Amino acid sequence: MHLRYPRKKESMSNVLALAHKELRAYFVSPMAYALFGFFALLFGWFYIASMNVMLQYSMGQFGQGPQAVNLNEFMIRPLFGNTAIILLMMLPFLTARAYAEEKRSGTMELLLTSPLSDLQIIIGKFLGAMTLYVLMLSLTLIHVGILFWYGDPEWGPIASGYLGLLLMGGSFISVGLAISSMTQNQMVAGLSTFAVLLLFWIINWIGDASGSTTQTVLSYLSILEHFDDFSKGVIDTTHVTYYVSFIATGLFLTAKSLDSARWNG
Amino acid sequence: MVEVQHVTKRYGSLTAVDDISFRVEPGEILGFLGPNGAGKTTTMRILTGFLPATEGHARIAGFDVFDHPLEAKRRTGYLPETPPLYPEMTVEEYLRFVARINGLPSSEGRRQAGLAMERTRISDMADRFCGKLSKGYRQRVGLAQAILHNPDVLILDEPTAGLDPRQIIETRRLIRELAGDHTVILSTHILPEVSQTCQRVVIINRGRVVAVDTPDNLTARLQGSQTVYLQIDAPGADVVAALQAVPGVARVSEVEGRDGDTGYEVESSDGGDVRRELSHAVVTRGWGLLELRPQQMSLEDIFLQLTTEEPPSDLAQSDDGTAPDAFALSTEEGVHE
Repeated sequence: MHLRYPRKKESMSNVLALAHKELRAYFVSPMAYALFGFFALLFGWFYIASMNVMLQYSMGQFGQGPQAVNLNEFMIRPLFGNTAIILLMMLPFLTARAYAEEKRSGTMELLLTSPLSDLQIIIGKFLGAMTLYVLMLSLTLIHVGILFWYGDPEWGPIASGYLGLLLMGGSFISVGLAISSMTQNQMVAGLSTFAVLLLFWIINWIGDASGSTTQTVLSYLSILEHFDDFSKGVIDTTHVTYYVSFIATGLFLTAKSLDSARWNG
Repeated sequence: MVEVQHVTKRYGSLTAVDDISFRVEPGEILGFLGPNGAGKTTTMRILTGFLPATEGHARIAGFDVFDHPLEAKRRTGYLPETPPLYPEMTVEEYLRFVARINGLPSSEGRRQAGLAMERTRISDMADRFCGKLSKGYRQRVGLAQAILHNPDVLILDEPTAGLDPRQIIETRRLIRELAGDHTVILSTHILPEVSQTCQRVVIINRGRVVAVDTPDNLTARLQGSQTVYLQIDAPGADVVAALQAVPGVARVSEVEGRDGDTGYEVESSDGGDVRRELSHAVVTRGWGLLELRPQQMSLEDIFLQLTTEEPPSDLAQSDDGTAPDAFALSTEEGVHE
């Protein structure tokens, strides 16, 4: 008696609907614009700063006399490194609201009582945040374009650098979403995400004094350690594996947190 | 259409819902009545798959909400206590989003959103942001969201809360209209709502079902045993014992009268009229009979009686001293199938 619809494409369509809704929410609030604006500002600042350093090198102001410098080595690699730091500080704000706000306002009840699986919700939210991140990152293509216009950088390390940024940003987002799903308070979500990411950044700083095995383990865990090779133009499966498992762990924790919220009310 | 079997929900040591069972037939409107905190919302959340039950089973259109959540959710429309709206979406965008996560294709979603807006009379609000709507409109958008995908079962948690009287009447009319195609469960703590909208009532208190019946039957059955209020001038005498001795009297209790005097409530067994016998008993003892009147039991009294912890005159304890929870009404018909 009631309308029934084919279900084959439904699951993907649900995910996309959710991702679209997420993305939209960023753009109707000042969030996306603030994020884009400050990211562009900071990235531009680092861009000029690393260009200055490179120019000083090439003009021989460090005492070696004028010389040709490698654009990739002297400009792009430090720039990617600095971008990683900007992301570490900004992405927690991108993910903080994702679940916390839905839980606070009661719309989580809508999602969880709709014919959506937890996995669809989790993937939808992740895709939404990732899309915003990719859009934000694409702002930097202008700067890179200028480098290609005036200079002659190798495109390989640039491509691998972007891949690294995507994977690393994905990890940040995945952790942020997991933490957002554990609270109703955006502030708490953002702050905790930032603290956790910072911890994963500096985790190997105490390793030096405590024996080589610990050092190896802590170094492996460090989230920025794995990024360096990407900015050098090396795509190492170890690093890819690290980031992919990082993302998967974050999504898994989100699933666990949604499930436990359900049982504990 | 909806079956709830021995559902229990515990949070640690707190039992929010305790062994609840009932069923709802297709096309029926079932009222879920109880004081705040009785477990209405928890039960509804279990039915909608938002919360898992600690024990027991709930089925929607034959699908267990725990084992086949998606199938059950597809057939359920749910209006939570606070309408789950996204403030940054317009009414139409919101409804189309809900249509999409319910699996309707885009064009069909647009059509159903339009229909739902018409039915809930919010078409003129289509382009307004949900965050800017008044409470009454929010509630209606919530209702539109619930009926959007033509679910078999509608679960409405306090659908008229916060509405003005005219909106309440409109909403109740709408719910009655919907009942033909949908099975409706609505919760409320407002009694007239139940007698006006529902075909059957589940009264729930402290997480337990206290009674399941039609509003009329509920009133009739409780009136079956009649209560008479007496005020007697008999200083120092043991009035309770004397009244208790009158044939046909089930129970006598001392109550506070209107102006602070002591009065007595007398319940007759098997609904008999004992007024004549009572007045005779009083008069022959030489006491002054100041007042004698039958107590009318409204649905309100029944509700209070069934849900108050220790009522002054508890029908349920009349014969065999069983607890109110085990009160006969709750079982025979509605509950265990």
